[in-house]
Amino acid sequence: MSRKEGSLFQRLPVISHLGKSVGLQRGMLVTGLVITALFLLTAAFAPLIAPYGFAQHFDSQLAPSGKHLWGTTSGGYDVLSRVVWGTQTAVIVIVVAVILSIFLGVALGLVSGYIGGWLDRILVVIADAIYAFPTLLLAIVMSIAISHGRSSMLGGIFAAAISITVVFIPQYFRVIRAETIRLKAEPFVESAMVVGASSVRIMARHIYKNATRTLPLIFTLNASEAILTLAGLGFLGFGIEPSSAAEWGYDLNKALSDTTAGIWWTGVFPGAAIVLTVLGLTLVGESMNDLNDPRLRGRRRAGRKQPAAPQTPGTNALNAPGTEIAGNGVTV
Amino acid sequence: MSHAAERPKNIRSETDGPVLNIEHLKVTFATDSGDVKAVDDVSLTVAAAEIVAIVGESGSGKTVTAKTILGLLPETAISSGAVLISGNNVISVTPRHLRQIRGLEVAMVFQEPSTALNPVFTVGWQIAEGLRAHGKVGKKEARARAIEALGKVGIPEPEKRVDYYPHQFSGGQKQRVVIAAALALNPGLIVADEPTTALDVTVQAEILELLRDCRDVYGTSIVLITHNMGVVADLADRVVVMYQGDVVEEADATTLFASPKQDYTKKLLAAVPHLGRNSASAGLTERAHQESEVLVQAKGLVIEYPGRLGTPAFRAVDEVNFSISAGEVFGLVGESGSGKTTIGRAIAGLNKTTGGSLKVLGYEMRTFRERTFRPLRKDIGFVFQDPAASFNPQLSIGECVAEPILIHEKRSPQEVEKRVGELLEAVQLPRIYASRFPHELSGGQRQRASLARALALNPKLLIADEPTSALDVSVQAKVLELFKEIQAEFGFAALFISHDLAVVDILSHWVGVLYKGKMVEQGIGSQVMGNPQDDYTKRLIASLPVPDPAEQAKRRQAHRALLPG
Repeated sequence: MSRKEGSLFQRLPVISHLGKSVGLQRGMLVTGLVITALFLLTAAFAPLIAPYGFAQHFDSQLAPSGKHLWGTTSGGYDVLSRVVWGTQTAVIVIVVAVILSIFLGVALGLVSGYIGGWLDRILVVIADAIYAFPTLLLAIVMSIAISHGRSSMLGGIFAAAISITVVFIPQYFRVIRAETIRLKAEPFVESAMVVGASSVRIMARHIYKNATRTLPLIFTLNASEAILTLAGLGFLGFGIEPSSAAEWGYDLNKALSDTTAGIWWTGVFPGAAIVLTVLGLTLVGESMNDLNDPRLRGRRRAGRKQPAAPQTPGTNALNAPGTEIAGNGVTV
Repeated sequence: MSHAAERPKNIRSETDGPVLNIEHLKVTFATDSGDVKAVDDVSLTVAAAEIVAIVGESGSGKTVTAKTILGLLPETAISSGAVLISGNNVISVTPRHLRQIRGLEVAMVFQEPSTALNPVFTVGWQIAEGLRAHGKVGKKEARARAIEALGKVGIPEPEKRVDYYPHQFSGGQKQRVVIAAALALNPGLIVADEPTTALDVTVQAEILELLRDCRDVYGTSIVLITHNMGVVADLADRVVVMYQGDVVEEADATTLFASPKQDYTKKLLAAVPHLGRNSASAGLTERAHQESEVLVQAKGLVIEYPGRLGTPAFRAVDEVNFSISAGEVFGLVGESGSGKTTIGRAIAGLNKTTGGSLKVLGYEMRTFRERTFRPLRKDIGFVFQDPAASFNPQLSIGECVAEPILIHEKRSPQEVEKRVGELLEAVQLPRIYASRFPHELSGGQRQRASLARALALNPKLLIADEPTSALDVSVQAKVLELFKEIQAEFGFAALFISHDLAVVDILSHWVGVLYKGKMVEQGIGSQVMGNPQDDYTKRLIASLPVPDPAEQAKRRQAHRALLPG
């Protein structure tokens, strides 16, 4: 069967989306993917790319030159090296934050949505209460509670990651809970109940996989938000010590006084790094969102460049694999 | 003014030739998996004051054809050929011109009246909207014409009800309002896309009557899209049979039903269940299986759904008594809202009972606890209405069918696999289908797999809730046949729930008729169908259209006689 070949690879979230896209949507997705890939590669090969260490001292506020391509900061750090090392910090924080919040958020969402009752009500109230806080304020409170403001590399990264986690758990919780409640009324879950499956089995085997389909999308959108929160924390001085890790927000904070002195390079480069990374991730997330929805998804016009259309495959072709949601094609 | 103005128009159009002329229509859709040809070279004409039915199964392209007539195709579709409405080609006219044609020349009646009407506007406003779109109409005149249109379609007290909102009407009345809106500008052609599919049989009969009146009184031509051969026999003058985007056969209704030429048409007609033929209870004089164990016993069963704050609870099932013995097929018939599904779900422990007594396999459901009922679940199988939704899309068919075995029995993976293979073969599916995913199967195949899952543990009782209503007629016939064979082979008792009398008659030994939560009549299937005692049952059976124009004409007379007033 030809449709089985490479189906696993082609069904992976981003790959399947790329296959479905055309025109402008494809352009957006590809741009986002390129920027994101660049970001990840920089993080992975930071020790090779960066000319100096992130905590290496030089003369302060040197203009860009052959020795320091993007100049140095008021603290005497090499800007290029700081920006490159900063990607590593950003990636680690995103990964830790998102993994922590996904696990907790999904578990809580499943239990809360499926079991319902007073447990559900309490969890929803807590989630709503967290929503009511400004995210940055909450992150600051968490950061102070965890590490008293600032600390070593690992401690700092975890402090930042956990404070972001607290903000994100309600988001995952809500999405998964809503999906679970919807799926709970689906005949296939009822048929599992009729068969006599236990609640744990229904949640684990029947609901979990169906409820988590939108996660790749939230993941990418949240990743960009995590970077902004991290940068915000650093900018406000609740980030990571400059000697333990490079962090864009901290560098931006220190560049604040330079702007009036006409020293542009200390602020522009970390700032641009934040903007580009967030842009890349958002582009990927948004195009995935559009492509997931058959009504928003652009399609090639029918009837062009079709070598004498092969035997009409009938309605089954509409639900062929590749497509995420069965039956999202055109109803005839 | 309206009547005087209508006459000349009708006469003119009769002399002008066809109202609608479709020539070599082709429609192709762009989908994720390449182009799909939905309509391939369809030609047909509709004369003035003629009712042409386009019949076919799902995927035959009948709805796409209908939508092309009004230029309602989505952006992903490309159409070629010509659709001529009084000389204008709908495919190639400008959007502005198309807007003029819609409403004035051709109007549409949709399948689901409750979604075709906007819930936040009064029905009068919605009817007048069409008038305002075609020329300046004063507020008073628009209202007067809306009232007139509502009167035409038989809504009582149109002066008062013109200010009602859609939710204040019943389903059948909503469809009347939709028809009134379509008739408001007196178009020469109405396209009705499955106009009665969402309605109950008794209401369907009234709507068909109304559509016939539209033609008889106003000379409107109707293109009727349907899959129900009974509706075709009742209403159509001429029938166009479509299959996979192609016109297979075209003939007068009487000719088509009496002597179909093409094989596909013959098969299609043979598959339509016909009340009174092939009855499972034919020849029975007393209830079968009475000597065997009683599996389900309901005495004064009451099931209520809690109402919203301030409103009383809704009584879905009201003091119902019945019993199902081992090996017996109990058919439960009723219209939507009659409580038939609620009873089925209560037996499976999906709904709680409120009063009376319901004993399932000796377990009193009033004291229902999931923990104590769970061991009994292996003796109850359940087949759901929608085969597409009742399978977990992430699991293969084999895994879905194996689920009950894994839960209730400790078996090695090889044994489970062997059992799944046997089950699939029992429902006439190849063993290799175990590794396929639900979306790779057709509706009929999925429903077979669903049956295999229900039978996995050799249950004593099978509950089938409208198992064939989501299927095409020809598929339905095969699934019903399979069901009958398997029931005879395995000998389980079954509760067969359906709104379709003919389908219930094919399978059931004993039939119960539900109406508004009450069991109005029960008895041996052939006797209930052939000689109904209760007034409601009489009306229900008389309003069921039969796929035979001559017989249906007679039944129509009989049905009219039954109607009050």
